[in-house]
Amino acid sequence: MAGEERSFVTRDIPLPAPTPDTAPFYEAARRGELRLQRCSDCGMFRHYPRPACPRCLSRRFGWERASGRGTVYTWTIVRGPTLPAFESKLPYNVVDVLLEEGVHFVSEVLDCKPEELYAGMPVEAVFVPVTDEITLVKFRKAQSSSAPST
Amino acid sequence: MRRSAIRDKAAIVGIGQTRFARTLEASEYEMAVEAIWNACEDAGISPRQIDGVVRYDIEQIDEEQLLSVLGNPHLRFFSATSWGGGGSASVLVVAAAAIAARLAETILVYRARARGKRSSYGPGKHQGGRYWEKIPNVLPGPNQWHVPHGLVAAFQEMAMISMRHRIEYGTTDDQYADVAIAFRYHASRNPAAVMRTPITREDHHRSRMVSDPLRLLDCNIETDGAVALLVTSVERARDLRQPPAVIHAGAMAAGSHHIRLPTFFERPFEEQSPVRVARELFAQADCRREDIDCAFFYDFFTSMVILALEQYGFAPRGEGGPFVENGGLQWPRGRLVCNTNGGQLSEAFIHGFNNTAEAVRQIRGTSTSQVPDCEFVLVAGANTDPTGAVILRRL
Ligand SMILES: [Zn+2]
Repeated sequence: MAGEERSFVTRDIPLPAPTPDTAPFYEAARRGELRLQRCSDCGMFRHYPRPACPRCLSRRFGWERASGRGTVYTWTIVRGPTLPAFESKLPYNVVDVLLEEGVHFVSEVLDCKPEELYAGMPVEAVFVPVTDEITLVKFRKAQSSSAPST
Repeated sequence: MRRSAIRDKAAIVGIGQTRFARTLEASEYEMAVEAIWNACEDAGISPRQIDGVVRYDIEQIDEEQLLSVLGNPHLRFFSATSWGGGGSASVLVVAAAAIAARLAETILVYRARARGKRSSYGPGKHQGGRYWEKIPNVLPGPNQWHVPHGLVAAFQEMAMISMRHRIEYGTTDDQYADVAIAFRYHASRNPAAVMRTPITREDHHRSRMVSDPLRLLDCNIETDGAVALLVTSVERARDLRQPPAVIHAGAMAAGSHHIRLPTFFERPFEEQSPVRVARELFAQADCRREDIDCAFFYDFFTSMVILALEQYGFAPRGEGGPFVENGGLQWPRGRLVCNTNGGQLSEAFIHGFNNTAEAVRQIRGTSTSQVPDCEFVLVAGANTDPTGAVILRRL
């Protein structure tokens, strides 16, 4: 059955195991929100989650909602070899998105042919549930025509 | 110049290796012992005299296993350096520090790899296949930020770093080919190399794309084999069988550009670990960059050699590509002759330890692509954090 096949593939993808440091990120993603840690003292966003600010060393932070907008900073097209769980997707892209908030986020641009990718390409976050607990943050080409940084 | 406590205190006095091949029947253990015995024979030192060990933290053959074959030695010093290719020269920094501190007299540094599926140790985390095939299905650590999106191997991460370099500086396939062609040419002169058939630009461009912009011929070759090196004090080295390769300067650095991509691009180029390592090395050393006769960069990918030339200051930022053109790295007339063994791209992939063995041969004057009157040699670990490098010199 197709559904079973899908769940088999899903089970095979190595998935995040949320910890106290990262659980707020995944809880937000489940709700369709991209939330990032932001230093309460100097205001810098950071990703991935960690318990102190690399700029001012403050340990005070909040989880702030990010715009989900960014641009492609760099990428690769994986053509194999790769883990068996990803083999059916080959070739697929992995992108480093520079978010408006100034942090880098590694993900994938969905529905995007390899030759369409370019540096500076505007993208926006989409939320892909994989299990009850884990929703992965992916990206798609920005739907609005305005530049994402405005 | 700032005098470092390790400067000219220790020397590599023995090099040993096994045969290199795509797949060998021998176990890692057997290969490690063969390489160690060969290094001891080369130096004229008994395995019983080894009193210190520095290994990789991913090395499977640990002190416990070594002790049971070294003729009941008494180790006074043991340590491991971390982060894969980044640590391939750091082992020598640690060994030199231990010698300078008189914590040991004869230190063994080694790497044994059976990457083929025949590994007698079966599918462990780092052998019996490729390490990333053993990525667990539950990711509590930082790899949760890229592995679920299909970024599972170093070659893919380095591909993304390479792509950014192309975006900023227009680095080209032809420049990648220049690196691959030069190192394969060196391998063609080296009987120990696994890949000895010279390649052309067309061979490079026609090779299959593995992870854009990296093609098969941009990638290191997967091999089995082992390399062992013996490090001792310079005083003692004078009485041994071979001309010593003195560890003239050595540095390690770890910063915020960890290989894990969400943080790699956070900080500026000037803060990258190899850049800091280079600053420290040349502050310690008696030589300037122009005095380096031959260099060994951790050539896991052609593009990363181009980046290393910039990180170590041989080319200005963004000009590593033009630097390698027209045989820029090729023996005998390159701007900077590099990786004369063929490197990880063509000789074998023993995590950079085979590059160090060749660096020692350059100092001894016994390379198959010998740089005349070679006095100073740079040996560097991989480009990403953490990493380290040494400068070797003639006594
Ligand atoms: Zn702060």
